[in-house]
Amino acid sequence: MPFSSRMNKGINMSEQILEIKDLHVVYNTDEGTVYAINGMDLSVEKGQVLGLVGETGAGKTTMALSVLRLLPDRIGEIKSGSIRLEDTDIIRAPEAEMKKIRGNKISMIFQDPMTSLNPIMTVGEQIAEVLEIHNRDMTKQQIEERVDEMLTLVGISPERKTDYPHQFSGGMKQRVVIAIALACTPDLLIADEPTTALDVTIQDQVLQMMRGLKEKFNTAMILITHDLGVVANNCDSVAIMYAGEVIEYGTVEDIFEGEERHPYTAGLFGSIPDLTKKERRLHPIDGLMPDPSNLPEGCAFHERCPKCMDICRTTKPEAMQFGTHMIRCHCCAPGIDGRETA
Amino acid sequence: MEQEARRKYKKKSKLKSVWIRFRRNKRALVGMVVLLMLILIAVFANFIVDYDVAISQVMKDRLQTPSAAHWFGTDHLGRDMFARIIYGTRTSLFVGILTIAVAVTFGTIIGAIAGYYGGAVDNILMRFVDVLMAIPSMLLAISVVAALGTGLVNIVIAMSVSQIPRFARIVRASIMSIKGQEFIEAAKAYGASDLRIISKYIIPNALGPIIVQATLTMGTMILTVSSLSFVGLGIQPPSPEWGTMLAEGKDQMRYFPHLVTIPGLAIIVAVLSLNMVGDGLRDALDPRLKN
Repeated sequence: MPFSSRMNKGINMSEQILEIKDLHVVYNTDEGTVYAINGMDLSVEKGQVLGLVGETGAGKTTMALSVLRLLPDRIGEIKSGSIRLEDTDIIRAPEAEMKKIRGNKISMIFQDPMTSLNPIMTVGEQIAEVLEIHNRDMTKQQIEERVDEMLTLVGISPERKTDYPHQFSGGMKQRVVIAIALACTPDLLIADEPTTALDVTIQDQVLQMMRGLKEKFNTAMILITHDLGVVANNCDSVAIMYAGEVIEYGTVEDIFEGEERHPYTAGLFGSIPDLTKKERRLHPIDGLMPDPSNLPEGCAFHERCPKCMDICRTTKPEAMQFGTHMIRCHCCAPGIDGRETA
Repeated sequence: MEQEARRKYKKKSKLKSVWIRFRRNKRALVGMVVLLMLILIAVFANFIVDYDVAISQVMKDRLQTPSAAHWFGTDHLGRDMFARIIYGTRTSLFVGILTIAVAVTFGTIIGAIAGYYGGAVDNILMRFVDVLMAIPSMLLAISVVAALGTGLVNIVIAMSVSQIPRFARIVRASIMSIKGQEFIEAAKAYGASDLRIISKYIIPNALGPIIVQATLTMGTMILTVSSLSFVGLGIQPPSPEWGTMLAEGKDQMRYFPHLVTIPGLAIIVAVLSLNMVGDGLRDALDPRLKN
């Protein structure tokens, strides 16, 4: 794979493919300004799978669209912060350059495979199209071969490339979408809830396939999902999002087995039913995500937090670093409960 | 066996698969055959009968009923009805096709600009279209002909102006509904340019309704040109035109009904075949209805 292996000014040992710093994104709607992303930090390393977890409205999709700079015209606006893809400044890159990046360096898999394919083009043509856009020197023959190869990779017989999307089942459509996304061997793949629209057995097949393809192409991946089970099985590291911020970040082990936890993450895990216990009701987190057009002062989670303290209502918590594990909560701050930083 | 069938299927071009779906619809097929015949008649009218026969007045042979010499009889000026019907086909189809071509072109441009860019552009263009739409199309056509005078070109202008709003609305509506779909966003996400999105995603997806509307409206146009001729504002005598023939025959309708039934039937056949083809095309062009 063509990849310039430049060290990133010695900041870290492994190569960062994507780095988001202090990103603020707003939607200017008629009803007022919606603060979708509020100071988000995130970085993805080459070949790594990052799980991005959060409730509906936490800003996961907004983050994905910001990285591709596809926020809705006139409404979506990146207020401040930086997004870097290797050496490219995504926020300031000219549109022509963004077109070269989209589909070629960063690909996106959309949530609903039913609607993300053009109904009047055959699936073969749609895979060929992304190749045509980004590899102008490829001959027709080469493109056709690549289309066959991609279809085989995602487990669809190449003979079916002359079929239209409506002739495929949901799971197969998602495979086609994945084939399109991976056709140009992108460095980064953003999968926005790729399995939400599929049933559980197909979900597993698709995820397994994505894992395999990720290994093959060494593609970094951001897997956006609600499903903590999916995260545990597929991801190297996890970022938990709440109200447009990453409130907890760490390796899968940190998040699933770490000593410290953000109360929100604890709530998320608490809401998973335990099969070994007899329980009649689920345990959801009380309350709702705060209105993103009217965020509370202090910690955005304090209104729902069982461990809410006075400081939470007035001051935004800083990021606490415990090795690879980051938590943005006052309750983990040194000094409180006489706790020490790890 | 299955392998072989698959391979055969692979070679099938898009046009061919549209044709295969179209062929299954017997009614559309009949319409298509009739329409093709009409087109052939219009193109090769000279080889079927001389134009002179259609306009030369033979007073001794006037008002004859259909016979071997005059298949469709003769009119009150002794002109051969068969020849006039044949040349009338040429006029009707020519005017119909030309009108639709003009209306579709301008309608698509206006509708596409309004639908794709939205906002103020959309507002200005659509209010202009609304004004045109508020005037009954027949009245508008009559006013344009009255202002510019009769003649083939003026009739085409008159009729296409009255049809532009219809096409602009259809194109705008389809473009707006397609623009918001996820596959457009997906195309943007893999780097497709605006031009590619418009030409390969939006217009082909909107083409179905445009083609269907065009074929169906062409039937209406043939009716309209006949109506205009009937009231004396369309094709002027002695040029053979179905509407003109109806107007001229109406005085003798009581004793020589063939003078109005034959041109009337010609109009019905043309309009009906166009409608049947339009319906069939609508089904055939949509790959989702393939199975």
